[in-house]
Amino acid sequence: MQRNILLSIDVASKKFILSVGQATILAVKGFAGIFLPPFNLKLIFREVDNFGAGSLLLVDTIALFTGMVMALQTIYGLSMYGAEMYVGSVVSLTLVRELGPVLTSIMVGARVGSGIAAEIGSMQVTEQIDAMRALGASPIKKLVAPKILAGMITLPLLTVTADIIGIFGGMIIALFELEIDHVFYINSVLTTIKISDLLSGIGKTVFFGFLIAVLGCYFGLRTTGGTTGVGRSTTITVVTISILILISDFFLTKLFLIVF
Amino acid sequence: MSKVIIEFKDVCKSFNGLLVHNGINLSIVEGEIISLLGGSGSGKSVLLKELIGLMKPDKGDIVVFGKNVAQMKEDALIKLREHVGMLFQGSALFDSLTVFENIAYPLREHLHLTEGEIWERVAEKLRLVGLSGIETKMPDELSGGMKKRVGLARAIATEPDIILYDEPTTGLDPMTAQRINELIIELRRKLGITTIVVTHDLHCVKTVSDRIAMLYEGKIVTVGAWETLAASNIKAVKDFISGNICD
Repeated sequence: MQRNILLSIDVASKKFILSVGQATILAVKGFAGIFLPPFNLKLIFREVDNFGAGSLLLVDTIALFTGMVMALQTIYGLSMYGAEMYVGSVVSLTLVRELGPVLTSIMVGARVGSGIAAEIGSMQVTEQIDAMRALGASPIKKLVAPKILAGMITLPLLTVTADIIGIFGGMIIALFELEIDHVFYINSVLTTIKISDLLSGIGKTVFFGFLIAVLGCYFGLRTTGGTTGVGRSTTITVVTISILILISDFFLTKLFLIVF
Repeated sequence: MSKVIIEFKDVCKSFNGLLVHNGINLSIVEGEIISLLGGSGSGKSVLLKELIGLMKPDKGDIVVFGKNVAQMKEDALIKLREHVGMLFQGSALFDSLTVFENIAYPLREHLHLTEGEIWERVAEKLRLVGLSGIETKMPDELSGGMKKRVGLARAIATEPDIILYDEPTTGLDPMTAQRINELIIELRRKLGITTIVVTHDLHCVKTVSDRIAMLYEGKIVTVGAWETLAASNIKAVKDFISGNICD
């Protein structure tokens, strides 16, 4: 019994190490693929459109309501100390440094990461990936590299829009709940947020974009078992992306606190 | 018809401890149509994928045009694939691309043609498979037989020296299956392509093959013309042909 448990742990840990190794190799090859000719702009634009334009409404809607909820909670908390006028400072700092990047990345990770895994997974089980290789093309260059580049470009841009919309959401609540003048609110935001806050928040999303694309591609490419397998791949992609974004966020936050 | 261009030498392959190939030896000469016959899971398709380097054998050599595919790096394999076309079991057309883009795909990868030349080549290949004028259709607008024929047009787009058919007639009605069989023969006649057909469709085998190789328990148990197979005393071959369940 004990031996069986140990054996299972041994097999599971070997599988895990193998998966990490394979994903790392894919990440390195995919990233290198961005810089290797030929460059297919059409493919890159298609992926940027999928990552960015397709996620814009979702991300900004969530940012708007997050900003509004944060403002409500902040007003409630600060009113105990008579400091509710600083709502703009607190909302903007929290959004720009932390909530904007992380919420945007998790939402895009769920939407786009699962889409990538489903697309590549379907191609894998219908032999389209094999066909691509048989026709002389590299799936890394054609599929993985454009998605990685698109993720690294669009996620920071989406985060900027989410930050702005979230701060705007906070302003609406400040206007209606506290009747704070919008010029005062905007001034308090502008005097609070420093370039280093922006950079540390947006800097993280470059890595998150990379992570979403790599994991979506990795789980898609290792799909087996027909349509059920595609379903499994999309689920594991969303779960892994969400967990890894939150874990890596801690380490990146520590790193950026040291750097800036 | 005597120059050997493909050789499998003692090829072994296993998946998760399950031995699929246990020392495959087979030589294929230029311009012939050879069918690989065998039950489901006997490793016929794996053999095709090993031939173009989509899978690596665990042991043994696969020599194509005098070069060992098993030892080739990806760059060399890409060059080799220009000369080998493959029709996949489910056609494997790219869902997001039109029929034209699908057939143009290998042309854009391998050859430096102008857009006009690509259009011309695609139209020519579609004419050859009897599907002129469907360039703008998407794969999901096509029937199973049409998909197979578009897959075939894509496989021969670069005018390869070798073509591999993975279950070309599976899932097709008898009329369409016969049309595909005729196309296989026609393509060899017109282009002189060396052809390997993987199938368990006996009618297809009888119709198209010069020689037939039967795979059983990881080995090739017999190779020869249909008459040789029909007269074989090997139980696995007799059972397969007569439709008995093998032990």
